[in-house]
Amino acid sequence: MPIDIDIAHVARLARIELSDAELAEHGRHCADILEHAAKVQALDTEGIQPTSHPLPLVNAFRDDVVTPGRVLARDVVLDQAPAVEDVYFRVPPALEDE
Amino acid sequence: MSARQTIRRAAAAMRDGSLTSVELTRAALKAASMTESQVHAYLTLDTEGALQAAEMADSELGAGDDRGPLHGIPIALKDNMVTKGIETTCSSRILSGYVPPYSATVVERLEEGGAVITGKTNLDEFAMGSSTEHSAFGPTRNPWDTDRVPGGSSGGSAVTVAVGSALGALGSDTGGSVRQPASLTGVVGMKPTYGLVSRYGLIPFASSLDQIGPFTRTVADAVDVLSVIAGHDPHDATSIPGSVPNLDAGLGRGLDGVKVGVVSEMQRDETEPAVRGAVANIIEQMEANGAKVQEVSLPSFEYALSAYYLIAPAEASANLARFDGVRYGNRVDGANVADMMSKTRADGFGAEVIRRILLGTYALSAGHFDAFYGQALKVRSLVRRDLDAAYEDVDVLVGPTSPTTAFELGAKTADPLTMYLTDVFTIPANLSGHPAISVPVGLDEAGLPIGFQVMAPALGEPTLFQVAEAVESIAAFDQEPELAGSLA
Repeated sequence: MPIDIDIAHVARLARIELSDAELAEHGRHCADILEHAAKVQALDTEGIQPTSHPLPLVNAFRDDVVTPGRVLARDVVLDQAPAVEDVYFRVPPALEDE
Repeated sequence: MSARQTIRRAAAAMRDGSLTSVELTRAALKAASMTESQVHAYLTLDTEGALQAAEMADSELGAGDDRGPLHGIPIALKDNMVTKGIETTCSSRILSGYVPPYSATVVERLEEGGAVITGKTNLDEFAMGSSTEHSAFGPTRNPWDTDRVPGGSSGGSAVTVAVGSALGALGSDTGGSVRQPASLTGVVGMKPTYGLVSRYGLIPFASSLDQIGPFTRTVADAVDVLSVIAGHDPHDATSIPGSVPNLDAGLGRGLDGVKVGVVSEMQRDETEPAVRGAVANIIEQMEANGAKVQEVSLPSFEYALSAYYLIAPAEASANLARFDGVRYGNRVDGANVADMMSKTRADGFGAEVIRRILLGTYALSAGHFDAFYGQALKVRSLVRRDLDAAYEDVDVLVGPTSPTTAFELGAKTADPLTMYLTDVFTIPANLSGHPAISVPVGLDEAGLPIGFQVMAPALGEPTLFQVAEAVESIAAFDQEPELAGSLA
């Protein structure tokens, strides 16, 4: 069964700006792949619990102490950023001017 | 032909004084300089750092300070493991120029073990791919035939071991990204039990599937590399607490009485005849060497690939949200935050990464979650249940690693689905978290390597290595590509 995807909406959700041609190609490929992946829907999974993880995990805690060498200084972290101001990451305005 | 250099041979030679780490490292760097223009396995070759580490290893070993099996051994790292002070890109434009401020746990363990880090190797961008063609910095080529791919996504690491520009390498395996390139380049590649090796500092693709594993020339060498990198890490919440199984406990014990399951669903018609023939031949000889062989059916295998291509993109879409041009990586300016992020991600990610983010975003979005992602997680339970049931009757499962030998560059890039199908035999072990290994067993009529896969239950590494070593000894595969440099 062909899958109908609003690929422009998905790209907006994913925050990726694509041209119309790119959207068309990705939309076609994603529909093909999802059609194949939709095979999973044919399987009877009544009463089957989902596995989100291969290990039977319990909460993993470590002692709440600083591990020297695994804590980065603020300057080191800020040095990685494309734009900073004072001690903050700098980004363009988040809210439009009214 | 003299026997090929291996980690175990080199380690012994360094201890009896017939070889130094500097000599070995120079040989690896020379192999790199002779082959890189043809194969492009490395993104960053750290010649200076490697020679310094080699000198250090020689002086320590000379002083009787022995750091173990990898002391002085040249090891390459897939470029999705962060290395303090050495550029780490994931083969992506978005991280081009990124120099991490810390090292992954595996890197620290290699350094504590005295290993010589040669450099960072090429991969499919963010480890998404099966051919190492989806790299922003150009493809890696297969040394057995440079018109062909080395497999992927850890193709660069596989090729360094195949040509001798490293004696061992680390890759990451999310759906087969260590085992499949090992198969296509004629080396050993192993995916440990999920959680045995720390993922701290491995830039994530699909966190519940990703696992770091070794490429080596022999099974015994894989044991040595894994023994250095395995073990609990409090900085990875999914790391298995407690001690590591005795990895070399099974080496040299052969196949007598070992119960081997041949997976019916891995004897598919689509598999190339040469691959099927080579695998059948090995299984026959395993039986002749004392193994008890039986056919095993795993009905859910048919659905594993479909489940994987929902689960992995879903996790990837969440994991890659961090690349937004704010805290690290590259940025394209925009009128507002959303615009900046959308332009940054469009410019920074390649087409395959974008495709998987879109797929994952769709599978997780309102209205589609239950039908796609939710159902895939239940299929994952079925795959695990089938495997657990099989391991009640057999010690290991066997079959081909990949349905084909190395394919030509460009052969599968136009149709993503055909590329995804190359992982059909490796994916089940990622979904279940079980260990698995690919061992080279021969060449097809075109002279391309064929890999044999052995799978074992969780923490079954000792048996896995025991059987893999027996397969290695039966196959007696000792050929290498003409391109390979000498590491004697």
